[in-house]
Amino acid sequence: MRAKLVGALLCVLALATAAPRAAQAQELEAELTNHLVAITTGFTGANVVLFGSTEEKGDVIVVVQGPTRDIVVRQKSKIASIWVNTTQVTFRSVPSFYSISSSRPLNEIAPARMLEAKQISLEGLRLVPDGDLAPDEAQEFRTALIRSQERTGLYLASAEPVKFEGDHLFHTTIAFPANVPTGDFLVQVFLLRNSALVKAQTLTLTVSQVGFDARVHDFADHDALAYGIIAVALAALAGWLASLPFRNA
Amino acid sequence: MEIYLPIAGLSVDVLVLLGLGGVVGFLSGVFGVGGGFLLTPLLIFIGIPPAVAVASAANQLVGASVSGAIGHWRRGNVDFQMGFVLLVGGFLGSGFGVWLFALLRQIGQVELAVSLLYVALLGVLGVMMLIESTRAILRQRHPHGSRRKLHTHTWIHGLPLKMRFRRSKLYISGMVPAGLGFFVGILSAVMGVGGGFVMVPAMIYMLGMPTSVVPGTSLLQIVFVAANVTVLQAVGNGTVDAVLTMTLLAGGVVGAQLGTRFGALLRGEQLRALLALLVLGVAVKLARDLGVRPDDLYSAVLVGSP
Repeated sequence: MRAKLVGALLCVLALATAAPRAAQAQELEAELTNHLVAITTGFTGANVVLFGSTEEKGDVIVVVQGPTRDIVVRQKSKIASIWVNTTQVTFRSVPSFYSISSSRPLNEIAPARMLEAKQISLEGLRLVPDGDLAPDEAQEFRTALIRSQERTGLYLASAEPVKFEGDHLFHTTIAFPANVPTGDFLVQVFLLRNSALVKAQTLTLTVSQVGFDARVHDFADHDALAYGIIAVALAALAGWLASLPFRNA
Repeated sequence: MEIYLPIAGLSVDVLVLLGLGGVVGFLSGVFGVGGGFLLTPLLIFIGIPPAVAVASAANQLVGASVSGAIGHWRRGNVDFQMGFVLLVGGFLGSGFGVWLFALLRQIGQVELAVSLLYVALLGVLGVMMLIESTRAILRQRHPHGSRRKLHTHTWIHGLPLKMRFRRSKLYISGMVPAGLGFFVGILSAVMGVGGGFVMVPAMIYMLGMPTSVVPGTSLLQIVFVAANVTVLQAVGNGTVDAVLTMTLLAGGVVGAQLGTRFGALLRGEQLRALLALLVLGVAVKLARDLGVRPDDLYSAVLVGSP
């Protein structure tokens, strides 16, 4: 990890020293050490380092959003002394993963309302419920969705902070948990100065299953019937084979 | 060491899975039951999504029951004719069960339905077994108790479509075993159990089959119904995690062999009383959980994830 980081910073240095040749120096330049997070059999989560440079001193906020999915939020009520899901609300096209990290606490960088307006905070995330809901009820389900996602580690309101090395070079580590959804991720880097957005850059990243697990998953997806039959055959074979050494005992 | 389960979409400690398979296998070896009724709740308890737990447990059952079924077949302890009629019902029942399961998922009631079914079935079964085994233990102490009548006529014998089952020496309506198979097929699909705990007593007391052919015929039915459930769940709900199944099997097979040996040291009635207590314990635990206020009244799931 350390070596990776040093390498990354060297890259930035090279970039930074090479840049002045061109007259228009970049306000903001960021890159990821890795654009593919590969989920293999022993996958327990992964870290990707984001590094970059700013021309002048400022604040950096990094927002990572996973592929959008529909999310159903259910509310339990007590019926005849047991807890039952009684109400459900569907939210369409919700980021399945969201993490935000910043060089200083968000409230010191800019007013909350300004960040919300630009969707640079968990509170500002656009979550629209299906159907007609009273505003306070919609708000209740919305916060429940965020709470639930935070509990499973898929939403991080304050991830690893963005660190500056000097005034221009910055880096942070994006941590993906073991249950990270697969698909295309957007990494947005925002540069702010005096509470105003100066520059933004968007990077992309893919999380996907590779190797054996990917093949199992693809097979189950594309040819469910054959997958089911093979799953049965494998289980039967394993059960039968395993009993052989014990037969005579 | 963590192992990533591709269909469940999460990592679990491989030792936990092996241990779980081993414990369930051990218990099934001791008591001669499939152990699905313990496996599914335990899988849900360690965080496997209920839909994946149910479907993968059915797949695990195929492997766990196949060697037993073959063994009984070799010894000629299988009534194939009865098995066939049971299977016709079983296939229809498991098909209906998988459809029902998909519907329950859609309306968000899978967990509730699975828990309620477990509480009801295990509760009734545990009490019945406890009464029966206590009586058996008492009877041994007072050997001059009353004997059960060999054959009693009930409404079951009045049903149409009578068939002759030579191996079981029975002349009863085919609707009875087919209906039994149908019911157990639903349980298999919705709860991820083989249903031996329902099937075996029903075969003995309801159908009146000779006890020598009951385990073999029941195991035959379980293997094929579990296989059918696995394929249907894979196609209909996409929830069979083969990596999970095979890991559980690896632990389960060893556990089952150790369990069989341990079981031979215990007496039948005592064994049944122990199993009854175990079954009741699981039922009470699940029933209590239903009434406990959850930490968060809200829960969120990604649509299309297992």
